[in-house]
Amino acid sequence: MIDPVTLAVLKGRLEQIADEMDATLFRSAFNPIIAEAHDASHGLYDAESGATLVQGKSGLPIFVGAMAFAVKAVIDKTAREGPPDDGDVYLFNDPYDGGTHLSDFKLVRPFFRRGRLFCYLASVGHWHDVGGNVPGNYNPVATESFQEGILIPPVKLFEKGVLRGELIDILKANSRLPDSLYGDLNGQINALDLGARRLADLLDDYGEAVVAEAFDELRARAARLMRAHIAALPDGAYAREDYLDNDGISDIPLRIALDMRVRGERLVLDFSRSAPACAGPVNIARSTAIAACYVALKHVFRDVPANAGVLEPVEFVIPEGSLLSATAPRPVGGYTETVLRIIDVIFCAIAEAAPALANGCAYGTINALSLAGHRRDGSRWVMFSFFGGGHGGHPLGDGLNHGNAPISTATIPPLEILEAAYPVKFIQWALRPDSGGPGKHRGGLGGVYGIELLAESADVSLFGERGRFAPPGVLGGAPGACNRFQYQQDDGPHEPPLASKMVGIRLSRGQRLLLQSPGGGGYGPALERAPEAVAEDVRLGYVSPEGALRDYAVALDPEGRVDAPATAALRRSAAR
Amino acid sequence: MSETVSETPGAIVGVDVGGTFTDVFFLDAASGRPVIAKVPTTKDNPAEGFLDGIAAASATPGKLAAIVHGTTVGTNALLERRGAKTGVITTRGFRDVLEMRRRDRPQTWGLWGSFRPVVPRDRRLEVDERTLADGTVETPVDAAQVRDAAARLLAAGAEALAIFFINAYANDANERAALAAAGAVWPNAHLVASSQILPEIREFERASTTALNAYLQPVLGRYFHDLQATLRRRKFAGQVLVVQSNGGVMTVETARRLPVRTALSGPAAGVIAAAHIAAAAGHANVVTCDMGGTSFDVSLIAEGRSTLSPQTAIDFGLVIRTPMIEITTIGAGGGSIAAVDRGGLLQVGPESAGSDPGPVCYGLGNERPTVTDANLVLGRINAERPIGGKLDHLDVAAAQRALTAHVGAPLGLDTTAAAEAVIRVANARLAGAIRLVSIERGHDPRRFVAMPFGGSGALHAGALIREVGLAKALVPRYPGVTSALGCVIADMRHDAVRTLNRRLDELDEAALAAEMTRLAAEGRTLLGQAGIALAESEDRFELDMCYLGQTHTVAARLPAGAEAAGAGPTRAVVCAAFEARYRELYGRLLEGIPIRVLNLRVTTIGRRPKFDLALLAPPADATLEAAKRGNRRVWVAGVWHEVALYERLALPRDAVVAGPAVLEQPDATTFIEPGLRGAVDRFGNLVIEAAG
Repeated sequence: MIDPVTLAVLKGRLEQIADEMDATLFRSAFNPIIAEAHDASHGLYDAESGATLVQGKSGLPIFVGAMAFAVKAVIDKTAREGPPDDGDVYLFNDPYDGGTHLSDFKLVRPFFRRGRLFCYLASVGHWHDVGGNVPGNYNPVATESFQEGILIPPVKLFEKGVLRGELIDILKANSRLPDSLYGDLNGQINALDLGARRLADLLDDYGEAVVAEAFDELRARAARLMRAHIAALPDGAYAREDYLDNDGISDIPLRIALDMRVRGERLVLDFSRSAPACAGPVNIARSTAIAACYVALKHVFRDVPANAGVLEPVEFVIPEGSLLSATAPRPVGGYTETVLRIIDVIFCAIAEAAPALANGCAYGTINALSLAGHRRDGSRWVMFSFFGGGHGGHPLGDGLNHGNAPISTATIPPLEILEAAYPVKFIQWALRPDSGGPGKHRGGLGGVYGIELLAESADVSLFGERGRFAPPGVLGGAPGACNRFQYQQDDGPHEPPLASKMVGIRLSRGQRLLLQSPGGGGYGPALERAPEAVAEDVRLGYVSPEGALRDYAVALDPEGRVDAPATAALRRSAAR
Repeated sequence: MSETVSETPGAIVGVDVGGTFTDVFFLDAASGRPVIAKVPTTKDNPAEGFLDGIAAASATPGKLAAIVHGTTVGTNALLERRGAKTGVITTRGFRDVLEMRRRDRPQTWGLWGSFRPVVPRDRRLEVDERTLADGTVETPVDAAQVRDAAARLLAAGAEALAIFFINAYANDANERAALAAAGAVWPNAHLVASSQILPEIREFERASTTALNAYLQPVLGRYFHDLQATLRRRKFAGQVLVVQSNGGVMTVETARRLPVRTALSGPAAGVIAAAHIAAAAGHANVVTCDMGGTSFDVSLIAEGRSTLSPQTAIDFGLVIRTPMIEITTIGAGGGSIAAVDRGGLLQVGPESAGSDPGPVCYGLGNERPTVTDANLVLGRINAERPIGGKLDHLDVAAAQRALTAHVGAPLGLDTTAAAEAVIRVANARLAGAIRLVSIERGHDPRRFVAMPFGGSGALHAGALIREVGLAKALVPRYPGVTSALGCVIADMRHDAVRTLNRRLDELDEAALAAEMTRLAAEGRTLLGQAGIALAESEDRFELDMCYLGQTHTVAARLPAGAEAAGAGPTRAVVCAAFEARYRELYGRLLEGIPIRVLNLRVTTIGRRPKFDLALLAPPADATLEAAKRGNRRVWVAGVWHEVALYERLALPRDAVVAGPAVLEQPDATTFIEPGLRGAVDRFGNLVIEAAG
């Protein structure tokens, strides 16, 4: 039996290995989606099942769940085609096997110790451009994966330590930004090299048997803790629905429905009533759906260690043919949006089961915005970024203003870095008043981002959501504001017909874009918010005087102070 | 409390003003003996406590060459959000940069975060102006708008002003113009522009560092003003130097201009001292554990080196970008208040009674029990010999009453059991902080020694090594004044940065050389102004560089003497430095991709002479017998033990004391638990480890 101090040390050292792999890639990556937004992840995975053994703390949370499937895809391949060799590194981006979308390239490296396969190391990173119809690959009108980019099944990038350079030639030839791709790929190779060195050092210090025992014990502890958390939820069935605006092709809402059942130490997450697979790119693979559930549960039960043990007591019902179990070549480029909706329905179901664990939903869209064009010297530029929004109100207070998406720990690139790299000028980078869902604890505010083009012309595309269905509040809290996108043309301002999804917007020098992201959902009834807190919100410009009156039934005098008698009367009639 | 000496002119005094106590250390040049003093920090006017401390060390200010000062005034103002009412004037469209941060959240898992910026939204005003990324001024700033905004902020009660414009790193013309315009109406010196503080790309980091600097300027300005006025009145004519977060020292003039660099001043001085003492004693791997009245600061020294991080968040969203020693702080100290929450859970800290009113046993008005009260009730602290000078004795009965009322009654424990529970919870929190910097970063604690210092650290040494599994504890000779000792030995240091943002193949070698010469000369001037003896000085030049397309850089150190000839490094030299560093960090170079030079960093270090730590050794005529002070009843693990008492400073070299034992000295108390033993080494340090 491994002693508790050694176990604690090994847990720390193993996580440190994954963290250092993350850090190596973040620092050496070329594209800001990895370097600044940390859209990457590293970990150690079981030699036989691919199950997550250890994950870095800084990597993208959604990958924590998805990577096990990616490693499993490699294991399945080796089962078919022969065992891996020391020095092999597999590379692929097949989303149906490995989860997420084509932009995410996975590198999986078998780790050998004394001639035996000990575990796998894996690296995933979101590359800047992998072909397809839209620079940056968030193609909101794709109907097949072929329009989203090149698809690579698991192939050996290194064979017994020898690089197959022609593969890199193929990849570069399929990207609008070959240098960026080459730099990111090198960063991932370096991260795996570093991880292998660090793991070898660790095994020199502790031996294979002790480390293997630590893996087992850490998984068992996560599962045990998760069972205890589930057991503390009241037994019962909890149903919740939410909707995606549309699939980018036809303007029809798509239902994401959850029937959550709690029975003792078992949790069933049943998505049977969700929409069937759709034509557009908001389908997700089953592995991605499970990864999303993992993220939601980890947000609610945050003390459970991040490994495969978390999902042991959870059962998933995701029927074939569902939007949530897509197969090739269904387009999956916008997987982020569907995953965020899964997390929202889980939050809402948990709020019903256990109000003490609840929080309002976060802004719920990644808002992938791409601007692309050519410089004077003919070289191509692609500015591609995700934007922030408000978090939900929660038991401790108001939601965080301008946070990152629950599936990510991404920071937004500094606008000065973007302006230094691309021919754009930001007009505005501000909080969005009245966007936080009204509540006893208000939802956090979304952002307002105004961008002006400095180059001759650029092609713009946006892949967003929550343009029609706002982020829900919980326990009587109201929803946050919807997403809103406007672009300027010679004949004036426009908005996309499908709310937040559009390609092929041609922008000319001096024309502007305005993106207003959603706020978070409120927590508890707005009428229970202290009038003084509402007055403070108005003073700071978080809430307009009209919003105070409309959403909170709070009247203010011309100096901005609470008009107590008027407010009391308003609240009395509002309560009726 | 003091040791009387015949002081010699020219002594350099280290003074560390903590949240609870002010500590003084200096070496009397004539006798070669160390002089220490510890007095309560006077929160309303810390300068008073400072001078009391110097007086208590029976030093005459007029005869001192220099006072080197570590301070937590800045740290506490940030943590407790007690900085000045500050206003911001910024580019139209960007007043929320400070509040939107880099779109992060406090924790990876869990979405219950919140953030309150130090400058609220209604005190952040916008003016028309714009500079583009290439440095072109697209819209010149309108002086009238700036004056108007400044006047409105003044009317709203702002005492300090931060001016922060987009892309000011590339061209500071608009910021300088705005500074001039605002200066015309601003009634004090507390106004600052981002290009003066951090002329580096990345708007949030620059805005945050600038705003926090402004937020601290009036607080530190008043503090240093009072201090210098009082010192002058007492005929002190030497230099006052201030320890920075990077572990180096600067002049008061610099500190008033750049108070944000004092954010971790006091803790940094402690780490400097701990590293020095541990190295002399032969330990390269150390966890420094500074436990004072208010906080517990932990830092890791691996292979003799402490880690400098390029930026630190003092709290979520309070980002300061300037090099700092990595220190983890939790609110757990002797003054931390113990309370039972509504869920019936015993909590210790982060709320603290500080030094005024301080623990219940001080009898100064606090009625809620603290860690010190618990240690007193358990017999680990001597009621008749309180540290810190001002009190004659501690009120044990009052401490017992408070523990019974606030901890014992709600939990159904008797007084002693309640006190022991408080210590156990406190120890668990301390151990957690140590795990965070050691185990959780993959360092095996069995290879590390704990160095407990501060007034309370040595009381908990045994629990720390046992709970975390550290090899041993090294209690320095004067644990209560370690940071003050660090002040005496810390080097002078100045860090400067300048964003260049040029491709290497377009780098103007002459312009780089000129900038290097200019920043190095500035650093040298600052060293010169300090007016204290330096053994040697050194300039370090680094370039933050990357391949074109990357956003993160590597810091490539230029070879020594790179600027010497005045010609500066050639592009080939710069390229070689980058490639060597890149290969070292990442293994592979990238062929055919251009290289970008983002920032120039210049560090000027003035090395100060170190004193021989053997001067701290016990006197040659000391004996174990003579150090004995009888017995006292001490409660450990559920029973009262008859425990031997020793006068710590009277213990001879190589003495071995078996636990349980209590070692008393003027600045701290050491408790050796049963099963452990303490041995005195040749520097007078006490090495605590498992007995037998």
